[in-house]
Parts: sequence; C-alpha cells; structure tokens
Amino acid sequence: MAILKLTDICKDYQQGREPVRVLKNINLTVERGEYLAIMGPSGSGKTTLMNLIGCLDVPTSGTYELDGKNLKDLSDDALAEIRNKHIGFVFQSFHLMPKLDARDNVALPLLYGDVPLKERRERAEEALKAVGLEDRMDFLPNQLSGGQCQRIAIARAMVGKPDILLADEPTGALDTKSGNQIMEIFRKLSDEGMTIIMITHEPAIAACADKIYHILDGELRTEDTGKEAAHEED
Amino acid sequence: MIENIRLAFQGIWGHKLRSVLTMLGIIIGIAAIITIVSTIKGTNEQIKENLIGAGNNVVTVQLNQGGYPYDMTWNGIPQGVRLITEDTRRELEQIDGVEQVSLYHARNYADSVYYLNTQFNGEVFGIDENYLEVYGLQVKSGRGFTEADYTDFRKVALVDGNTVTNLFGGDSPVGKCVEIKGDVFTVVGVVALSEEFAPTIHSINDYWLYADRSSGAIYLPDAVWPTAYRFDEPQNVAIKVANTDVMASAGQEAAERLTEKQIISPDSSDFDYRSQDMLEQAQQLQSMSESTNMQLIWIAGISLLVGGIGVMNIMLVSVTERTGEIGLKKAIGAKKKRILLQFLTEAAVLTSLGGIIGVVSGIGLAQLISAMMQIPVAIDVTAILISVVFSTLIGVVFGLLPATQAANLNPIEALRRD
Repeated sequence: MAILKLTDICKDYQQGREPVRVLKNINLTVERGEYLAIMGPSGSGKTTLMNLIGCLDVPTSGTYELDGKNLKDLSDDALAEIRNKHIGFVFQSFHLMPKLDARDNVALPLLYGDVPLKERRERAEEALKAVGLEDRMDFLPNQLSGGQCQRIAIARAMVGKPDILLADEPTGALDTKSGNQIMEIFRKLSDEGMTIIMITHEPAIAACADKIYHILDGELRTEDTGKEAAHEED
Repeated sequence: MIENIRLAFQGIWGHKLRSVLTMLGIIIGIAAIITIVSTIKGTNEQIKENLIGAGNNVVTVQLNQGGYPYDMTWNGIPQGVRLITEDTRRELEQIDGVEQVSLYHARNYADSVYYLNTQFNGEVFGIDENYLEVYGLQVKSGRGFTEADYTDFRKVALVDGNTVTNLFGGDSPVGKCVEIKGDVFTVVGVVALSEEFAPTIHSINDYWLYADRSSGAIYLPDAVWPTAYRFDEPQNVAIKVANTDVMASAGQEAAERLTEKQIISPDSSDFDYRSQDMLEQAQQLQSMSESTNMQLIWIAGISLLVGGIGVMNIMLVSVTERTGEIGLKKAIGAKKKRILLQFLTEAAVLTSLGGIIGVVSGIGLAQLISAMMQIPVAIDVTAILISVVFSTLIGVVFGLLPATQAANLNPIEALRRD
C-alpha cells in the first residue's frame, strides 16, 4: 500500500496582486520503503513540494493522503502531531540547537511527543549509535564537524521512528567525503525499509536514490520524461 | 515544565549582561518596595514595643463634653451624668480582651498641694484597689493601700519617683505629710513601674508620646477623694487589655456602653464617653508618614511597570533572534502551546529572578538605612512573598505578547529566515 499519495496537488502563492501557481497538478505515489530523489533548479517549486509533503504547508487544491489518511482541513496542532509521529526532517543547514548536546538535540522530537525523560535518553543514544556517533553524545554542535552535525540531524529525524524521512539538500553544506557518508547512511536506512524522499539539485547525490523525479516550473516528471523537457509559458 | 525552567535559566545565563539589564527595572522596583515596607513595619513594631514596654496596654475612657475631655479642675459637677457603680465596672470587665478595669478620679493640674512650703505641680489621683495593678505599678518602699485605708477613710497617700525627686528633694517620703487642699495626708509608700523601661526615642513626636515628663503623681484612696476635692465627681475608667491588637476595639466598646448607661438623656446632652489609647495616638502620627510612603510605593510600582515593558521588549527581540529555533521546533512537532509555554516560562523566570534579587537588595538596603539613620526596620515575610509572586506575574503578563508571537510563527517562514 502507498505510504504517501498526492493527487492533483496545486499550490498558489500571492505575489503582489496576481496569484502565482507554484505547483501544478502534482501527482505522486510513494510506496513504503521507496527511496526517491526529487531534482530541480531553484525556483522550480521543489521546496514548496517538500513543505507540502512534510505537512509544514497545506495545498491550495488536491488531496494528500498519508498512510491512507486524508490530511485535508487539519488544525495546526494536528499537523504538528503528524510531523512529530510520521515525518523525520533533515535540513541543509542541520538546524541543531546550539546550547543542547548531541543527545538532547536528538531527543527533542520525543520531548514534544511526551515521551518520559529516561526513555528519551535511551532512544536518543540508540539513534546516535545508528549513525556512528556513540562517542560524541555529550558534544555541543559547535564542537563537531558539519558531517557529524548532519548525522546528529539524521539521528534526530529517525529517533521517533517516522514513516518517511524527508531530506532537503542534505549534503548541500557538506564536502564530498562527508556527503558520501550521509548517502551511505541513507542507503543503509533504505535497505532497512525506511521510506526516503530527498530533494537535491546535485545529480551525483540524486543518483544514490532508487528513483529520480524532476520538477520544473511546478510540474513533476519521472526521469524518463527527459531532463531537457521544454516548459510551457502560462 | 522543569525542562522549560532549566532551559530558561540556560538562556538567562547565556546572556548575562542583557538579562541583568532587563531585570534592572524589576530589581529596583521590588527593592524599593521592600525597603519602604520594612521601614514602615519597623516603626510600627517600635511603637508597639514602646507601649508594651511601658506597661501601656491600657485604654482610658473619659467623660467628654462637646468632643473634649471634661476636666474637673476648672468645671463643676456635670449635670445628668451618673457615677459609675461597682456593677458597671464588673460589666466592663466582661468585654472581649479586657483583663481588668479600674475607676479613678483625677486632677491633671494639682492646685494647693504642698510639702512644707514647696508647691507640687504634678497630678493627683483618687484610685480604687485595681488601679496599681492595671497600670503595672509596684510598691518600691513603704506599703500600698490596705482595705482598712478605704473602709476607715484614712488620709494616706502614695507617691511616684518623680514626686520624690521634685517635691521631697530625693529624700524618702514615707511617713512625711503633704497638704492637699488644706487637709493633711500621710505618705505611706513609693510606687514605680514594675520594670524600668526606657522607650526608644528617635523624634520630637516620639518624645511627646513616650517620654516621662510628668512632675510627679500623688495617689489617694478614692474613698477620701471628697475630703480633698468634691463629692459625686464622675470617675474615669482605665482598662487593661490582653494585647495591643484589641486596644482600640475594647476601648470603643467600653466608651459606647458607658455613654449609654451613665448619661441620662444622651440625646439632649453633649456629654459622652470616649476612649483614648497611646497606640491610637502613635498610629495617627504613623499614618502621616505612611501616606508619604504610599506615594513612594506608587512610584516603585511605576518602576515595575517600566521594568515589565523592558522585559517585553527584550523578549520580542529574543523571539526574532530565535526564529530558526522556533521554526525547527515546530517542524519536528512542537505544538503552539509548547512554544507559548517556553517563552512565558522564560519571561517569568527572568522577572522572578529579578524579584528575588530585588528582595535581597531591598533587605540589604533597609538594613543599611537602619544602621545609618537609626530608623528601625523589620522584614515583612508577607511583603517578600507578594513581591516575588507579583514579579512572576509581571513576567507572565508582559511575556504574553512575545510568546504568542513566537507560537504563531509560520514554520516555513521561520526556517527560511535562518
């Protein structure tokens, strides 16, 4: 069964007086355990798509089903709970809390899921072990390298055992070697059955995924539709 | 919640200078209030201590005419005022908080009282058997009055220490004779307060209130009072109460009962009984300085308001600064309430800390003032608790706007801005 199903999703933004349609009739079905990359140049709407998938934003029209549940007309708090339980975020710039050590950073989503302190600690340590940072638990983010920070961010995304791992340019701020390490972790997670959606503009990174989608001017195409597809003026 | 408080402390510690500057308004306001309240309380306690120390939890109830005490020295026997009977005296003893009641006659300005050829300028009292005990007077030499003195109408007298000094030149007066209104009385004893007590005097007002400036007192048994003065003078009443807290109420009730019972046709007469105690006088003095202090408290309150606005300002800056943090927390599933609570806690912890520092510096300041200006201070625990609670409240109230702003941030915007 599909973990995620987008049907005719459109998203408009008000820019000046004219509404601008950023996403045009997106249809996307992701099966559980799939590992896919969405590529596109800046301004193509890929971040908007990621925000929609991550329940940070709501579509103007169309339906979004997550794990068979229609997410239409949910309150901000209900969306927050879905983000907390079902989605793990990895950002380009890590977004770690500078004053919290690695363990507490990883445990943060569990705090908002009302998990008791002891269990939070244990699960955070487990998640850190999974990304190979068991000897860095008490370190603050500014004592760690970019690659290590991103691995903490991945541990944080995984600690709540989400349905989908959503990564926005996960290697954008990293050197090639660290980037490759991150891709290895993603591969391992995928092999373990995690559903991963990764947004990137680097072909080399996208190539790590099993399936590549391209987004251009708000329209989504699979790889076979061709990278140089002509775009229509609206 | 504990997590929030811990994080709030971390945040405050991380911005030490900023936090201290933010708290300054609160610190100054609370410190000022604590100092003022401590001084007021200190002065009040001093008054009570002086009164109790002087054995003076005594209320006097006197006959008044047209609102002024009726003085027998210059006035005749008042018409339409009964003498107070022993039954009425016992009735007064039943009033709540009353321990003992004494009836006495008085001349505040003695005339025609001599020892040899020295004139006496003090007061003369005609007293019953309870008087000495009510005022806490003890016989220091010679003897007190016996029952026989009363029943046999003996012309005997007691004197106090000031009389010994002023009239007898310091010699022992026991056995000597004084002339009162042409009649001869034999001094049988000397009385004084059971405990020597020196009141604490800081101001001229204190002096007038507490200092013993009488030229002396001579006491006669009330049975022989008419020998020297007149028959049928209405008595004054002295009431000893259990403690200073019930002084005013007991005095008032006694005065009302006496007015009702003793004055025939109270409607047409301008006579009534009124109570007067030293505590009341002292508090009248005190209330003047208290009204000045109230104004100071208002000014301190404004400082708290300004402090609160300062906190709001800094919290707004802090929300803007931490947009990224808020965005991420919302992205990973923090609900609005959580974010709201986090910022409210931070504001409340900040102002509570300010309040506590304010209390500590207020106490310090009060002690300093006490040491430098000889003003008594007493720390008021209630005032401290109220101050701390109030400063916490300031944080919650003025933190509400910034916290709401943080809670309503759009996570997409918040994440993009970082």
